[in-house]
Amino acid sequence: MTQHAPVLTAEEKRRRMVMATMRRHGYTPDALIETLHTVQSAAGYLDEPSLRFVASELHLPLSLVYGVATFYHAFTLKPEGRHRCILCQGTACYIKGSQAILNAVTKTYHIAPGETTEDGEISLLTARCLGACSMAPTAILDEEVVGYLTPERVLTRMEGWKKP
Amino acid sequence: MEKTVIHHMTQALTPDDLPRIAEAERAAASAFEHTIHVCVAAGCLSQHSDQVKQHLEHHIQERGLAHCQVKGVGCMGLCRAGPLVSVRPASTLYQAVTPDDAPAIVESLGAEPVQRLACPTDRPFFTRQTRIVLANSGEIDPEHLEDYLAAGGYQQLAHVLTTLTPAQVIDQISRSGLRGRGGAGYPTGLKWSTVAKASGPRKFVICNADEGDPGAFMDRSVLESDPHRVLEGMAIAAYAVGASEGYIYIRAEYPLAIKRLQTAIRQAERVKLIGSNILGTAFTFQIHLRLGAGAFVCGEETALIASIEGRRGQPRPRPPFPAESGLWRAPTLINNVETYANIAPIIANGPEWFASIGTERSKGTKVFALAGKVVNTGLIEVPMGTTLRTIIHDIGEGIPEGRRFKAVQTGGPSGGCIPAAYLDTPVDYESLTALGSIMGSGGMIVMDEHSCMVDVARYFMEFCMSESCGKCVPCRVGTAEMYELLSRIVQGRASGEDMALLQELCETVRYTSLCGLGQSAPNPVLSTIKYFEDEYLAHITNHVCPAGQCQFEMAQEGQA
Repeated sequence: MTQHAPVLTAEEKRRRMVMATMRRHGYTPDALIETLHTVQSAAGYLDEPSLRFVASELHLPLSLVYGVATFYHAFTLKPEGRHRCILCQGTACYIKGSQAILNAVTKTYHIAPGETTEDGEISLLTARCLGACSMAPTAILDEEVVGYLTPERVLTRMEGWKKP
Repeated sequence: MEKTVIHHMTQALTPDDLPRIAEAERAAASAFEHTIHVCVAAGCLSQHSDQVKQHLEHHIQERGLAHCQVKGVGCMGLCRAGPLVSVRPASTLYQAVTPDDAPAIVESLGAEPVQRLACPTDRPFFTRQTRIVLANSGEIDPEHLEDYLAAGGYQQLAHVLTTLTPAQVIDQISRSGLRGRGGAGYPTGLKWSTVAKASGPRKFVICNADEGDPGAFMDRSVLESDPHRVLEGMAIAAYAVGASEGYIYIRAEYPLAIKRLQTAIRQAERVKLIGSNILGTAFTFQIHLRLGAGAFVCGEETALIASIEGRRGQPRPRPPFPAESGLWRAPTLINNVETYANIAPIIANGPEWFASIGTERSKGTKVFALAGKVVNTGLIEVPMGTTLRTIIHDIGEGIPEGRRFKAVQTGGPSGGCIPAAYLDTPVDYESLTALGSIMGSGGMIVMDEHSCMVDVARYFMEFCMSESCGKCVPCRVGTAEMYELLSRIVQGRASGEDMALLQELCETVRYTSLCGLGQSAPNPVLSTIKYFEDEYLAHITNHVCPAGQCQFEMAQEGQA
C-alpha cells in the first residue's frame, strides 16, 4: 500500500476515508452499507476497484458486496455528470404534475432517468419522495432542494448549468 | 447568547441537575424582551429561511438591541406559507418572509406588527390542532440541548430511571393505549412487554426512521425539529425492555434530519444522557445511526434488520418476530419515530391523560402530512377521531382554485383512496381499514376532479413493482403484471377480461405475498375499483378519461 507516501493523491485520500469508516465499525460485515456510502460520497460512484477493496477488507465475498451495491437505489455503479437533476416522483409531486417535468427534461436532454448526457455534464435521476411534499412538485438541482416547479422553471435552471 | 448556563458543562448530569438547568434556561430566555423564531426545518430552509435568520440577526446586532434574540426553530406546520417567522411573546406569525423583510420586522418589535407579512393564527389550521408530538416543534432550537432541557427534556427519563421499575414503565405505556404510529397500529405496550419477557444476553431497540411512503414527511419533521425527544423515548424504551444498545435507521434522503440527529446524539452523550451510567444510574444505552440506501422495502421490520446487518434489505417470514429474534437474532424492539416521540409526554402526564384523547380504540393524536390539491399543505397534529372533512376542509381550507374534492389518499402505496361520500369518517385505525385504506404512517394526499383514479392506481403499482425486493414470486411477478394491466387501462387498450384478471391478481398478491409490501400493494387498486369503478369502465369501454388526464393512442391499438 502507498500509505507512507508523504503527499497523498486524490485516490489515496479517498481510500483513507473508506478505511476510516471500516475501522470505526470494527471491520465487521455490518459496516458494508456504511462503507459503500463513504465510497460513493468520496468518489461519486462505486467503482469496481473500490468494491473489490471493500470486499477484501471486510472479508466478504465480492458477489455479496455487488449484491448489496445493486440492491439499493442510492448506490450507482456509473460515474455521474457534473450536475445532478433529481426529480421527485412522490405522490404529491405526481398529483401536481411531476410527469410533465420529467418528460420535458428527458425530451430536451435526450436522457432517461439514471442516464448522463454524452458530454458527462448532466445526470438525470428520480427520487421516490424527497419529503418536501408541501412544495410539490420538487427537485434537487445540484444539492439544492427547489419547490413549486414547472417544466419551464426546471429547464431554465438547467440551462444555467451550460455556462461554466 | 443563550448558551450561558450550560455550555461549560461537559461532565455527567445528575437527575437533580435537570429541573435546575431548565429553570435557569427559562430565566435566561425570559430576560429577552423579544425572541424571533425562524423556522429552520427543511421546508422553510429550501425557501432560504437561513438567510432570513442571518439578516434578522444582523439587524438586531446593528441596532444594538441586546434585549432581543433570534432563534432557529423547527417546523411550525404551515409549510406552504414558508419561510415562517414568529415573534414572541407577542405571538405574531409572519409568512413568506424574505431577507429584505428583516429590517421591517426588527423595527416592529414592541410596536405594531408588519401587516403585509402577517399570517392570521385564529383560523382552524392553528385552532383545531392538538400538539403533543409536535409540542416543541417551532418552539425550541433543535440544535441546542439546552432548549430541550428548558422544555422539561430528559426529566421523564430521569423519573423513569430513578423511581419506576421496567414493568411499571411498560404498564404505563400499555394503559395509555398508544399504538404503533408506523402504520400497522400494533399496541406499543404489548410489543414492549414481549421484548421485555424475551430472554437473551443482549437486546436491541431500533427506531424506524425509514419514512418511505411517498407523500409522508412527519418523521423527517419531528427529527429535524425535536430530535432529543426521540432519543429520550428510545432510552425509556430501552430501560423498559432491558436493552443497552439502540439503532436509528434513517433514510439517506434526509440529510438535515441526519445532521440534527448526529448533533443531538453527540450532545446527549457528552453529558451522559446517553451512553454508560446515564444520569449517574447503572443504566447504559448507546445509540448508533444507520443510513438507509434508498429501498422502500426496508421500512418492513425484518428487511430493516437485514439492512442494519449490512445485507440486502429483503424481508424474511415471521414468526419468529423481531421481538423474539431480531437484530443478530437478539430480541429487538422496533418502533417508529412518532411512537417514540409520544413516550415522554405519556410518562409526564400519565397514561389516563393520553387515553382521554382520541377514540375508543385509537388513543392520542396523529401527525399528518397534508399535501396535494389542498390549500394548506403542511404538517398537522390532530386528536384521533377527527373527521377527514375537518382535516381537509377546515384545517386544510379545502381545494384550491375552486375545484371539487375527489378523493384523499392515505397510507401511501399500502393505502387507498377515500371518496367524498366518506369525508365524515373519523380518522382512526379501524375506520380507515374498514374503508379499504389504512392509517399508514400519516401521509394524506388530496386529489381533485382533475386526478384520474386509474392513473393513481397505476402510479402506486409502478412504485410497488420497482420497490419489490424480488424475493417472493407473488409480489415480484404479480405487481409487474398488475402494472401492465393498469397501463393498458389508462392507455385505452384494455378489455373487460383484463379488469377481471386485475381483480383476481389483487386477491392472489394480497394473500400470498411474504411481507406487507406485497400484501398491501393491491390496496390502491382495490379501493379505486371499489369507489371509482365507473372511471375504470370509462377507460375500458369508451376510451375516455373522465378526469381528462390520460392520453389515448387509438392509432396504435393494433399493437395491443
